[in-house]
Amino acid sequence: MSTVVTPRQPSVVIAPALSTRLMPYALLAPAFLVTLFIVFFPMAQAIYTSFFDLILWKPNASRFVGFGNYIKLFNDPVFWTALGHTAVWIGLTVPLQMGLGLITALLLNREFPWRGLARALIIIPWALPSVVIALMWRWIYDPNTGVLNDILLHLSIIQTAVPWLADPDLALYAIIATLTWQGFPFFAVMILAGLQGIPRSQYEAASIDGASAWRQFRHITLPGIAPVLGTAGLLRVIWVANSMDVIFVMTGGGPGYATHTLPLYAFVRARQNLDFGYGTAIAVTFTLLLGVVVAVYLMRTMREVER
Amino acid sequence: MNNPSTLRRILITDLPVAIIVLFAMGPFAWIVLTSLTPTEALNATGVSLGPSGWSLDNYVRLFRQTSFLGNMLDSLIIAVGTVVIGLLVSVTAAYAFSRFRFPGRKLVMLQFLLINMFPIVLLILPLFMLMRKAGILDTHFGLILANATVAIPFAVWMLTSYIGAIPKSLDEAAMIDGCSRLTALRRVVLPLAMPGIISTGIYIFITAWNEYLYALTLGGRNVRPVTVAIQTLIGEYQIEWGLLSAGAVVGAMPATLLFLIVQRRLIGGLTQGAVKG
Repeated sequence: MSTVVTPRQPSVVIAPALSTRLMPYALLAPAFLVTLFIVFFPMAQAIYTSFFDLILWKPNASRFVGFGNYIKLFNDPVFWTALGHTAVWIGLTVPLQMGLGLITALLLNREFPWRGLARALIIIPWALPSVVIALMWRWIYDPNTGVLNDILLHLSIIQTAVPWLADPDLALYAIIATLTWQGFPFFAVMILAGLQGIPRSQYEAASIDGASAWRQFRHITLPGIAPVLGTAGLLRVIWVANSMDVIFVMTGGGPGYATHTLPLYAFVRARQNLDFGYGTAIAVTFTLLLGVVVAVYLMRTMREVER
Repeated sequence: MNNPSTLRRILITDLPVAIIVLFAMGPFAWIVLTSLTPTEALNATGVSLGPSGWSLDNYVRLFRQTSFLGNMLDSLIIAVGTVVIGLLVSVTAAYAFSRFRFPGRKLVMLQFLLINMFPIVLLILPLFMLMRKAGILDTHFGLILANATVAIPFAVWMLTSYIGAIPKSLDEAAMIDGCSRLTALRRVVLPLAMPGIISTGIYIFITAWNEYLYALTLGGRNVRPVTVAIQTLIGEYQIEWGLLSAGAVVGAMPATLLFLIVQRRLIGGLTQGAVKG
């Protein structure tokens, strides 16, 4: 608010103005300092460690190797396998979650009596702890007593029991199915909110003009939810890329290296051999690769905040 | 007139929705059925589908023979601690973001958004080394700090959007009436933001309760939250699916119930950022 200022006022205002100017920083300080200490400091430590040959149970043998770990990484076939798996993992899981979420949202956007109940029940997978999800699906996939083989055998879709998680060609896809199940409610809920923001009048106008259901979907629904699909999709790429708890509990990365993704490889490497130098080098590399996606997401979000 | 359209609705809406609900619920329902089937029956004939074969045997064993109640207490302490730290430092930060325009605002906001995207694996390894040095490995405090890495950025963003929705004119009016900034924050903004603060707190609780990798790596021996404890129910020689399922059901219950209670408000808050425009 700009009001007419008498010449004498500024000198009176200056003292409070300084404290007002410092006020936001004081208010931010606790959150900023805590995150500095528990996020940025450890992160710097991770980068620092990645330049060392450091096995945690023999700290005295630690020595500086420069980019040695990164060169080793470049020549490590498991790294490339894990990178490939990470691409498949993201490339299949996110579209599947989004597709199933879109179908669910379109259905939930219709009028039917038990809509509220259906909406609440569908988000259950989202609320469950990932360790429960992983163990639950291990039980379902169990080659001898699992219910999935029972059902498929009963329907004669398969002739012999399939060892879903023990077959190197199947294990990754079995876990992707689990992740799809876990993640589709998130998309359903986000897309549903987007659908409800599309004015009904647009559909009415379109049907007066004789547009078919498909054309209405193409020209009204899809453009209407495009921003949500973009944001939710990017968020999920980041989230799915990072998530390794379900894989870790379901297969531990096995059989062999069949279900290793990059973050899991870093974690397993550091955990089993206490090889923290190499483990953090993998983690840093993975973070840099993921950084590209993160940058796109940040630019999108900050554009919104700017207003 | 009414009947054909109802039938049509059931075919193209109710039926597909029912299939998706079944898909979403099925695996958890299966775990519940497994937990209700006593181990001998499970080994002999498989999961009992009807109430005649059900018993609470697995649950009794869970609470009598394992330390599951103690594990739940560990989880509770960690989750509540994370909520307290997360909200305490985030409320003032969110107030600063929503009420002030100051140099560096965008950069600091970006920083909080960025933390949310960090791979957990990048933090978990150095946190392990640092906490080992500081001697807080395997303590409640250590796990609370670890969970705060997720909780604080999340809370800052959620609360910024909640507080941003409260009209500025209200705290300005309070300040004209003689309140200081902080009094206006406490007396005017906080009460109005309370629903948002509560749902943010509940979401932090759920995330901290469900967290597994930090709990496994930075805790596990003295402090063993339920997520880690459930996995230890697996047994040494063969997997005890009945007992394990009972643990999974009990362990998942608090977070799931809370989620169902707050889902509407929470989803409103989570989607706000995405759905604008």
